[in-house]
Amino acid sequence: MTNLNPVDATNDQQADDIDNYVSADYEHGFVTNIETEYAPPGLNEDIVHFISNKKNEPEWMLEYRLKAFRYWQTLKEPTWAHVSYPPIDYQAICYYAAPKSMEDKPKSLDEVDPELLKTYEKLGIPLHERAALAGVAVDAVFDSVSVATTFRDTLEKAGVIFMPISEAIQKHPELIQKHLGSVVPHTDNFYAALNAAVFSDGSFCYIPKGTRCPMELSTYFRINALNTGQFERTLIVAEEGAYVSYLEGCTAPMRDENQLHAAVVELVAEQDAEIKYSTVQNWYPGDDNGKGGIYNFVTKRGICRGARAKISWTQVETGSAITWKYPSVVLQGDNSVGEFYSVAVTSKKQQADTGTKMIHLGKNTKSTIISKGISAKHGQQSYRGQVLIQPKADGARNFTQCDSLLIGGDCGAHTFPYIDVKNQSARVEHEASTSKVNEEQIFYCQQRGLKEEDAVNLIVNGFCKDVFRQLPMEFAVEAQALLNVSLEGAVG
Amino acid sequence: MLEIKDAVISVEDTPIIKGLNLSIPAGEVHALMGPNGAGKSTLSKFIAGHEDYTLESGTISFNGEDLSDMDIHERAAAGLFLGFQYPVEIPGVANHYFLKTAINAQRKERGEEELDTAAFLKELKKEMSELKMDPQFKSRPVNVGFSGGEKKRNEILQLALLKPKMAILDESDSGLDIDALQVVAEGVNRLRNQERSFLLITHYQRLLNHIKPDVVHIFADGVIVKSGGFELAQQLEAEGYKAFA
Ligand SMILES: Nc1ncnc2c1ncn2[C@@H]1O[C@H](COP(=O)(O)OP(=O)(O)OP(=O)(O)O)[C@@H](O)[C@H]1O
Ligand SMILES: [Mg+2]
Repeated sequence: MTNLNPVDATNDQQADDIDNYVSADYEHGFVTNIETEYAPPGLNEDIVHFISNKKNEPEWMLEYRLKAFRYWQTLKEPTWAHVSYPPIDYQAICYYAAPKSMEDKPKSLDEVDPELLKTYEKLGIPLHERAALAGVAVDAVFDSVSVATTFRDTLEKAGVIFMPISEAIQKHPELIQKHLGSVVPHTDNFYAALNAAVFSDGSFCYIPKGTRCPMELSTYFRINALNTGQFERTLIVAEEGAYVSYLEGCTAPMRDENQLHAAVVELVAEQDAEIKYSTVQNWYPGDDNGKGGIYNFVTKRGICRGARAKISWTQVETGSAITWKYPSVVLQGDNSVGEFYSVAVTSKKQQADTGTKMIHLGKNTKSTIISKGISAKHGQQSYRGQVLIQPKADGARNFTQCDSLLIGGDCGAHTFPYIDVKNQSARVEHEASTSKVNEEQIFYCQQRGLKEEDAVNLIVNGFCKDVFRQLPMEFAVEAQALLNVSLEGAVG
Repeated sequence: MLEIKDAVISVEDTPIIKGLNLSIPAGEVHALMGPNGAGKSTLSKFIAGHEDYTLESGTISFNGEDLSDMDIHERAAAGLFLGFQYPVEIPGVANHYFLKTAINAQRKERGEEELDTAAFLKELKKEMSELKMDPQFKSRPVNVGFSGGEKKRNEILQLALLKPKMAILDESDSGLDIDALQVVAEGVNRLRNQERSFLLITHYQRLLNHIKPDVVHIFADGVIVKSGGFELAQQLEAEGYKAFA
């Protein structure tokens, strides 16, 4: 059953008051001035060889990349998403950029270029362990390479592997060969094929059987170089009974040119394992006129392989000019659980087509989808979600709640739910709502003493509460602050 | 405290209030009674600073300050409180959080220290029990799913904690059962003092039996047609608005 239900904001009285604010500055918009080594722009087999070579990869990895590249050449860019942008010239993009100082692989933080360390410090992510966030290990990825991974010793003692994927390919080839591409094959879609061909860096996390990862793991992605794509690849494997909570953060400088970010994230949860994956995405959204910003075309998927496995995706998406992203869960094991909690903001001229897929294969599998979309200024947002209940999924259950909040009259919210139930014992519930931040709510808050902008923030944060409470505490606070910044100037 | 002179107030170029004079000195309780659609809520929202209402002519001042120059939140911080006829729901925002945010916003605006959380919670608990509110209302989202009477009681709770200089209560008695009316009236009476003024908008004499007003105004078609004492409310109750036409 396909149900198309676009809801557009209508122009009304309210719209007159809106739009006359000074825009908030994107505070992560600075550029780090370092010497960078680039691959020549364009994509061909030589570039694939170049990247593989740079990373000193084994033959099998190169073969995998080449296979993906050849397949990619047969594909056309998808156009079904409810977003519009000028055609991307894939031959004008540079597919590898790395700080020169990373060339001879620093062995410890003391050997890392201080400019790079300063960059992360400025972003609020100190990489020195004594200054680092308590209980959070960080892998910092700068353009195409990982510059540092903290708390590796602590984690190693627990048997947890947390390292750049480029390093894991060298050190743990058997794990990589077993799992890489097992959830998102290179044939999955256009961007996944592209990523498989040219992926640069990202994190590999491996939690052995019965282990609860002793700290939060996180990767911080920074795009710095001009005209360069970032193709992160992340793989998380939780063996039987293991638990891990992982967080990903992203920023980029303000540039007038659009930049491409095409990531693939794969999660594997074996029997009784649990993976909590949280994203705070704050890529540069472009300016008010839609100039610049990141194109965020991402494939994220997890598989609950064993019984009672659980995967939760929590995302707070405030950045990017264009977002195309559907973190999904394949519920293979009986009684496995998939969750998707999302807050997405589109302001300025941002466009987002985002949602999730829950694929129920096993018996009594359960999924929950809570999506909160906020559109302001000229933002356009679509929720696109699929719930598929396969014939063998007896007793499967899904609950979907999908709410849109409009601020002002020039933005839009659309909902595209695809529900496909092939087992009569399944129960699927879908609730959707579209509302506006209404003048009377704002007036009420103002009458109690809040400034207009604080009133809007309070109302919007209330709207997102069900999602924020899924985030680890410190990130919930960050997400809330980020939301306030993203919506600065949305009402006036 | 509140001075309104010859005010003509319009909505989208239609005058609703057509030359209103109202003066409420500090410490006095005034009642405003008038038929449906007379413009009572319009007046109260206008005083609070709602942007839908325009002052076409006349003046309005609060404690000697021209209200026209003040934003809504500035009027609130200056001590003006409006109990809404239809309190607004704010999903996902806990009642106690909303209250604390409001108190601290006002304090900040006045250049005062933030209220400490423990002190706030203690006071909240006390006021809630005075108003016979179930403790669950503390953490429920603001007004969401509250019954009509519960919403009104929640307005009085906010009033008690925000301690304004002047409170306009727009039909705070509508929709209340007999016991709740008593509780709300007691709440107001507790807050009544030499400095604090009230404007009670109501349709019924019964609220005024509990809260004795100093002055009663009969308001119809955008003007005050008669002002007097409690006896006006009794006359209205007996004869209806035709007595004042
Ligand atoms: N924002 C608005 N837009 C259009 N008309 C309005 C607006 N606000 C008030 N009015 C009109 O002004 C008149 C007065 O309304 P108001 O709500 O002030 O009446 P009231 O005296 O409070 O009535 P009640 O006793 O029923 O609460 C009504 O005719 C109403 O429709
Ligand atoms: Mg009214």
